[in-house]
Amino acid sequence: MSRDAPLAPGRNETVYDLAATDLRAVNRALHAAPDGAVMIRNPGGAHALACGLRSPLQVRIEGHVGYYCAGMNREAEVTIDGNAGTGVAENMMSGTVRVLGNASQSAGASGHGGLLVVTGTASARCGISMKGIDIVVGGDVGHLSGFMAQAGNLVVLGDAGAAFGDSLYEADLYVRGAVAGLGADCEEKPMTDADREKLAALLRRAEMDADPAAFRHYGSARRLYNFRIDNAGSR
Amino acid sequence: MDPRRIRSSASFPPHVVAEIQRAADQGVYEIRGYGARRPVPSFDDLVLLGASMSRYPLEGYREACGTDVLLGTRHARKPLHLKIPVTIAGMSFGALGAHAKEALGRGASAAGTSTTTGDGGMTQEERGHSSMLVYQLLPSRYGMNPEDLLQADAIEVVVGQGAKPGGGGMLLGLKITERVAAMRTLPAGIDQRSACRHPDWTGPDDLEIKIRELREITDWEKPIYIKVGASRPHYDTALAVKAGADVVVVDGMQGGTAATQDVFIEHVGIPTLPAVREAVRALQELGMHRKVQLIVSGGIRSGADVAKALALGADAVSIGVAAMVALNCNRPLYEEDYHALGTEPGACAHCHTGRCPVGIATQDPALESRLDPEAAGRRVANYLNVLTQEAQTLARACGKSHLHNLEPADLAALTVEAAAMAQVPLAGTSWIPGRM
Amino acid sequence: MCGIVGLFLKAERLEPDLGRLTALMLHEMRDRGPDSAGFAIYGEGGTAHKVSVMAADGESRDWAALAARAEAGLESAGPGAAVTARRVSDHAILETAGDPAALRHWLLDNEPGLTVLATGRRIELYKGVGDPDRVAARFGLEGRSGSHAIAHTRMATESAVTIAGSHPFSTGADTCLVHNGSLSNHNWLRLDLEREGERFQTENDSEVAAAYVAAHMRRGRDLKSALEAAIADLDGFYTFAVGTADGFAVLRDPIACKPAVIAETDDWVAMSSEFRAIARLPGVGHAEIWEPEPGIVYSWSRDRGEAAA
Repeated sequence: MSRDAPLAPGRNETVYDLAATDLRAVNRALHAAPDGAVMIRNPGGAHALACGLRSPLQVRIEGHVGYYCAGMNREAEVTIDGNAGTGVAENMMSGTVRVLGNASQSAGASGHGGLLVVTGTASARCGISMKGIDIVVGGDVGHLSGFMAQAGNLVVLGDAGAAFGDSLYEADLYVRGAVAGLGADCEEKPMTDADREKLAALLRRAEMDADPAAFRHYGSARRLYNFRIDNAGSR
Repeated sequence: MDPRRIRSSASFPPHVVAEIQRAADQGVYEIRGYGARRPVPSFDDLVLLGASMSRYPLEGYREACGTDVLLGTRHARKPLHLKIPVTIAGMSFGALGAHAKEALGRGASAAGTSTTTGDGGMTQEERGHSSMLVYQLLPSRYGMNPEDLLQADAIEVVVGQGAKPGGGGMLLGLKITERVAAMRTLPAGIDQRSACRHPDWTGPDDLEIKIRELREITDWEKPIYIKVGASRPHYDTALAVKAGADVVVVDGMQGGTAATQDVFIEHVGIPTLPAVREAVRALQELGMHRKVQLIVSGGIRSGADVAKALALGADAVSIGVAAMVALNCNRPLYEEDYHALGTEPGACAHCHTGRCPVGIATQDPALESRLDPEAAGRRVANYLNVLTQEAQTLARACGKSHLHNLEPADLAALTVEAAAMAQVPLAGTSWIPGRM
Repeated sequence: MCGIVGLFLKAERLEPDLGRLTALMLHEMRDRGPDSAGFAIYGEGGTAHKVSVMAADGESRDWAALAARAEAGLESAGPGAAVTARRVSDHAILETAGDPAALRHWLLDNEPGLTVLATGRRIELYKGVGDPDRVAARFGLEGRSGSHAIAHTRMATESAVTIAGSHPFSTGADTCLVHNGSLSNHNWLRLDLEREGERFQTENDSEVAAAYVAAHMRRGRDLKSALEAAIADLDGFYTFAVGTADGFAVLRDPIACKPAVIAETDDWVAMSSEFRAIARLPGVGHAEIWEPEPGIVYSWSRDRGEAAA
C-alpha cells in the first residue's frame, strides 16, 4: 500500500472520523463489532486507538496514531497509514498490525502472538519482552531492541541499534543490515535451512521483498540463565 | 569461660560474620524470601484512645460497626464492594503453588474480600475460587492476557513493592517447573530475573496514557489500582492520582517477597507506619482523600494493625505474609524439613528455594500435597474474620459505627519516633514532633 | 512529568510564523502536562539586554517603579544604564544596556516575590499555571515571530500546582532548557554549581540541568560540548531540548526511556515528546524523522543551519 495514495472507503466499510467522534465511541463500536471493515479518519495522534480488539475486524487508520494503538490485539487486522507512537501492538495476542510509516519505542512490547509489520523504522526497544509475536521491520530498529525477548521472531531488514538482544531468552532475531552492538548474552547463531525457511515465510506474510540468505541470526548465549555460584567454601 | 572472651562484636555479630563468609564462599548476593527481619517503627508503637468521658463507646455484639468498603469509585463503572477492609495482596503463581493460590481465593471469597494475582499470570484455580480477583499488570508481563484482563474485577498496575522498591521480580530455577515456565514463556529451570521498569512506559506522564489504554480495553469498567513500594509515598501517591488511579496501594518495607536480595529487603524503602501518613497527606492536599482509595500493606498482622492503619486514613489494608502464615507458613510441622533447609519453624524465609516444608511456596507436588486448599481456605477465612472482629472491637471502643470513622485523633504514640512518623501526639502530651 | 517541544527555523521567511507554529505544537502536548506551561522565544536581537521576570502580583505591580529602583541600585553598585519595563500579563520584560547578570543578581537580592526567568539579547521567557493553550494565549505566543522557540507542558509533582516547577529554566544569558524525565544526582550538582556562583530560584532538578549547561558555556564551551559533558555528569532519565542565542540542541540520556522525536526539513528542525506535535508543521511530509539516539547530542546553529550531531 502506498503512503501517498489517499484511501477511499471501500464497499461496506464503516467510516469513523475522530475529528467528529470521540475515541471512546469508536473503541466501543470496534469492541462490539463481530467482524467487517472499518476506516478511521483523522486519528490526530490519539492514544489507545483500536486497542483491545477481539474479533476478526479489518481496521484501516488513515493518519498518525499516538501510544498503544492496537494494543493487546486479538484476531483483528489493523493497518495504520502513518506513524505510530510508543507501544504499537503492545502485548498483541494474534492477528496482524501493519504500520505503513515509522513506529516509536517499544513496538510489539511483550507481544504473545500475531504479526506486527513496520514498513519504516522502529525506534528503541522494538520487541522488548516479546513472548511469541513475530515482528518484521522494513527499516532500522533502535537501541535495546529485543531486550529480554522470550519467544517469537524479530526480523530487521535495516540496521539494529546498540545493545541488540540484551538479556534475551529464546526469541530468534534476524538482521539484514549492520548491528551496532550486541547486548549482554546475545550472540550470533548459525543460519540453518530451517531458519531460512521460517524467514522466507515471515517475509512473505509481511509482504517484504528480501532474500532470507542475506540475514544474520542472533539468539541467546544462555549464560545468564542461572546465577553463577562459586563453591569456594565446599570441602 | 571468661564472659569477656565470648562477647561478640556489636558490629560483627555471628549472623554478620556468617554472611561475610557465605559471600566469600559463593560470590553472589544472598537471595531469600519473606520481609525485613530488622525491627522498625510500626503500628505497635501506637495505641488507640478508647472511649471515656468525652467519647461514648458502642456495645460489642449488639451495636453495628460497619466494615465494608468501596474501591474504585473515581472512574470505574464497576467499583469493587468488599465486605471487609482487608484484602489479599498480590503473590504470584510460581512463587506460590496452585494449592496456596486456591486456598487464598477460597478464604478471601468466604470473607467477602478480594485476592490478587502476581508476577506469573492468572490461573483458573485462582479465578475459579476468587469471587473478586485483582489482576496485576507487572513489568515482566508474564502471562499478560487480554482475556484475563476482561475476566478480572480490578487491575493493579505494579510500579513497585515494599520489600524492594526499585527492584524487579526474581524466581529461582528450582521453582520454574514446566507449568510455571509455560505460563511465563520461559525455559524451565532457569533463574528468572524480571524487569524493574515496564516495557512500554516510564514515568507518570506515560503511565497516564497506559492507564487510558487499560480503561479503553476494558471499556472503563474496572477499577485501576497503582501499587508502589513505600519510598517517597507522598510524591508517588500524588503522581498516581495525577496519572488517573482509582486506588493507590502503598506497600511498606515490612512487606514480603518470594525472593529478592537480602540487602534490598533490609535496606530499601520506609516502614508502613510513616508511609500511610505521607500517602494520606498527599490525598488530602489534592482533595482526593476517600475519592481515590488508599490500600496499605506491609507488616499487617492483627485487627489492631488494621484499625490503626484505617485511623491514619487508609481505606483498606492488604496482607501477604500474614495470609501465608494463616495457611501454615512457619508452623512447626515437618520440622525435619525445616532443619534440612538449615532453619526452623518461626525463622524460615526459604520461599525462594521452592522447598517450603508446609507446601505453600513450592511447585513440588509432594510438598504441595501437604496443603489442603479447602482446609487452608477456611483458615484464611477465619483469620480474616478475626482481623475484622478485632478491628471492630477497637472501633466500637472508640465510639465508631463504621471502621472508616476511625481518625488520627483516636491514636497516641508510645515513642517519639512513632509520633513523628505517624504525626499523632506522643501519649500523654499534645506534642507532635515537627509541629508547633 | 511533561511534554516538551522545540522549533528551530532555518528559513528566515518562516520567522513571522514561529509563534503560531509553536502554539500548534504546544497544543498537542496539553495532555502530557495539563497543570502549567511555559515557553521561551528567541526574537529579533537588539543592542539592549532583556530580562524576563514574573511575580504573583505581576498584574498590579508597578513595573516602572521597579525599573527605576533597579536602575538606582545598579548605579550605586557601579556605572549603570537605563532600565525600562514592559508589562506582559503578570510578567514584565525589563531592558537595559547595562550588565544583565548584574541586573539579575540585583533583582534576586532586592525584589522579594520576583522570579527572574531569563536574561539575554534575544530570549523572552513566559510561564503560567493552567491549561497550556490559555497560557500561550495569555502571553500572545501565536502572534510572536522569531528564529526558534522551546516550550513545555507540565504535570506537577507537588500538590498545590505552583509555577516554581514550570519550565523552561534559564540561568545563563540566552540559554534555556526544557526537560522530560527525572534526574537522580542533581542535589550534589546543585551544591557544586552554587559554590561556583550559580543562583537558583527553585528546588527543581531541571533548573540544575539548565544551570549546568549555562555554567559550562560561560566557561567557553559551545552548546554541543556542554551537553556532551552533561552526559557524564548528569545521572537519571532525561530528554532535554536546549536553546541558545543562535543554537538549538536535543539530548537523551544513555538509557533513553523518555520519548522524543526529531524532524528536519530544509526549512526547520522540530522536536517533541510525541510525533503528533510535529505532524501539523508545514512540509512535514518531506521531513526526515527520527528518534534521538541515547547519549548523542544533536545540535543546530543559526549560522550553519545544519545538523552537527
